[in-house]
Amino acid sequence: MYKLFLRSLISVLFLLGLSLNANAEFKVGFVYVGPTGDHGWTYQHDEGRKAVEAAGIKTTYVESVPEGADAERVIRQLAQSGHDLIFTTSFGYMDPTNKVAKDFPNVKFEHATGYKREHSNVATYSARFYEGRTLLGHMAGKMTKTNTIGYIASFPIPEVIRGINAMTLAAQKVNPDIKTKIVWVFTWYDPGKESEAAQALIDQGADIIMQHTDSTAPVQVAEKAGVWSFGQASDMQRFAPKSILTSIIDDWAPYYVERSIAARDGTWKQQDTWHGLKEGMVAMAPYNSAMGSDLVKEVEQLQKDLASGKAHSFTGPIYDQKGNILVAEGAVADDGMLAGMNVYVKGVEGDIPQ
Amino acid sequence: MSFDLNFIGILIGAIMASSVPLILAASGELITERSGVLNLGVEGMMIIGAISGFALMVVTDNLFFAVIGSMVSGLILSLIFGLLTQSLLTNHVATGLALTIFGIGMSAMIGKNFVGIPGKEFPLLFLNLKESIPFLGPIFFGHSIILYFAFGLPFLTNYFLKKTKTGLIIRAVGDSPTSASNQGINVTLVRYSCILYGGAMCGLAGAYLSLIYTPQWIENMTGGRGWIALALVVFATWSPIKVLIGALIFGGITILQLHMQAVGLRIPVQLLSALPYIMTIIVLVVISRDSRKIKLNTPTSLGQIFYKEK
Repeated sequence: MYKLFLRSLISVLFLLGLSLNANAEFKVGFVYVGPTGDHGWTYQHDEGRKAVEAAGIKTTYVESVPEGADAERVIRQLAQSGHDLIFTTSFGYMDPTNKVAKDFPNVKFEHATGYKREHSNVATYSARFYEGRTLLGHMAGKMTKTNTIGYIASFPIPEVIRGINAMTLAAQKVNPDIKTKIVWVFTWYDPGKESEAAQALIDQGADIIMQHTDSTAPVQVAEKAGVWSFGQASDMQRFAPKSILTSIIDDWAPYYVERSIAARDGTWKQQDTWHGLKEGMVAMAPYNSAMGSDLVKEVEQLQKDLASGKAHSFTGPIYDQKGNILVAEGAVADDGMLAGMNVYVKGVEGDIPQ
Repeated sequence: MSFDLNFIGILIGAIMASSVPLILAASGELITERSGVLNLGVEGMMIIGAISGFALMVVTDNLFFAVIGSMVSGLILSLIFGLLTQSLLTNHVATGLALTIFGIGMSAMIGKNFVGIPGKEFPLLFLNLKESIPFLGPIFFGHSIILYFAFGLPFLTNYFLKKTKTGLIIRAVGDSPTSASNQGINVTLVRYSCILYGGAMCGLAGAYLSLIYTPQWIENMTGGRGWIALALVVFATWSPIKVLIGALIFGGITILQLHMQAVGLRIPVQLLSALPYIMTIIVLVVISRDSRKIKLNTPTSLGQIFYKEK
């Protein structure tokens, strides 16, 4: 009797296992830091997800996940519920992603904008947004009348500091008198705070507003105040048609499709991807003709040169705020230095919050 | 920092604009609390007001309907709170918290279709006077009508509570519902009215955010302002004028700390970001030290369930 029971139990479990296995369709999960409707950062990641879906792969996503304890819970939940590949799309998900990856060696993880790959199933990817910032800096330096550029910054991480530096260097090149004023808002996404910051910068004399935060609020404030602005992450033109000179667009779709297919077909490997204008992961929205056709041509040329490698955002000589040399004349900053950038270049006002 | 007078005027104007939602929500909640009802659903009612106002603006293309609609939706949400706490005698704190959670979720759901639509220009009054008079121009002119209303509201509320019979009744109900009831006052009716009024004001505060301050719909756009309004009422010891002062200090330091950063003052940014909260509490505690007055203003039966024995 006992043996019969055991035997039937085993067979039932075996069947159950088989059927579960059969149901285990390949699935890709996404974790977003903001709502998909932010029309910025998360919106673009979700466009990438839709491309994966269009390629015939099933996807799910969780939006507005705070960077912290909640993130680990959400990532773990996705891993447990049968997702085979999980994209975690914000810098603050770095440690939670690696922690969960350790417990789920068969699930692949892709973390955006981070640098920790503690387990063989964690890959990282990011875009060279700083190349876009170089173009913005060039336009800002040419367009400003007050020589003051206002910059809304989120968190003091290398990614953000790199953008501030790239923009300032490019602006200085065309206009040695420019000053970069920075306001740290300590959030990726808080429209109220972002618009107050934009207004404060405008009141302090900035006639160019750019942001490393995700909502469209700053460009709308700029539109109202009649100053120039730049969109972030996606084309924000229709929120500020007169004010926006261009937007930096993050195009994740090709990467997401490629990696999802690789994971499904078993060819996925751990790697660190850092693509820019060349590969199209960073793209520019149409340039505003209000800046004049000469400047548009200049910027288009610079964009081509950055893409081809003829020009580099961080070409020496580059000095820090105290005047110490960071990159020697004629040299360019290597990726290691860019990835860990934690000092301002000369010409940026204020200190980096510690 | 440039110190010309006109710049300071612009700064004060910006501070006034940023404190409007706090003044509206806190003034509404103040009336609710003076009648003895603690409604922690302020954040939820604000966010519902914000999405309703914005959605109506998009659908009807009429800002008047949008503003009225936001007040009605805040009122409807507070009606749910009223039904639960006054008629079904549920706990005020738990019900209020539930209302906030419900409001945030509900607004996100309704808002799905309204994300990414640019807002409409809200008319600002006396724009020419703002430009032509230095210093005083940007302070007094070029604001929306809701701002003028918000700045009059604390004084009206003060007068209403202190000098009118209805105000006296509300205070009586908040202090001792049993005695008020024995005097023949319909406590439940008074409390319902105060809850509905509070809801309408919170809805209006939300509409100010989504129609005027940052004219767009964004999930969670109230960003905790409802909780700050709630705290203001307590720290202002239920005095409408002190609510106004507190809201101005909070808005003022929020804006000023951004300016200090933009100027490049070498003060830790984290400290600057915490400053609005710290300073508002310190100032309100200092100006509300008269314990006799606190006793006079505090609704004694706040948050207690009242039912008439039949």
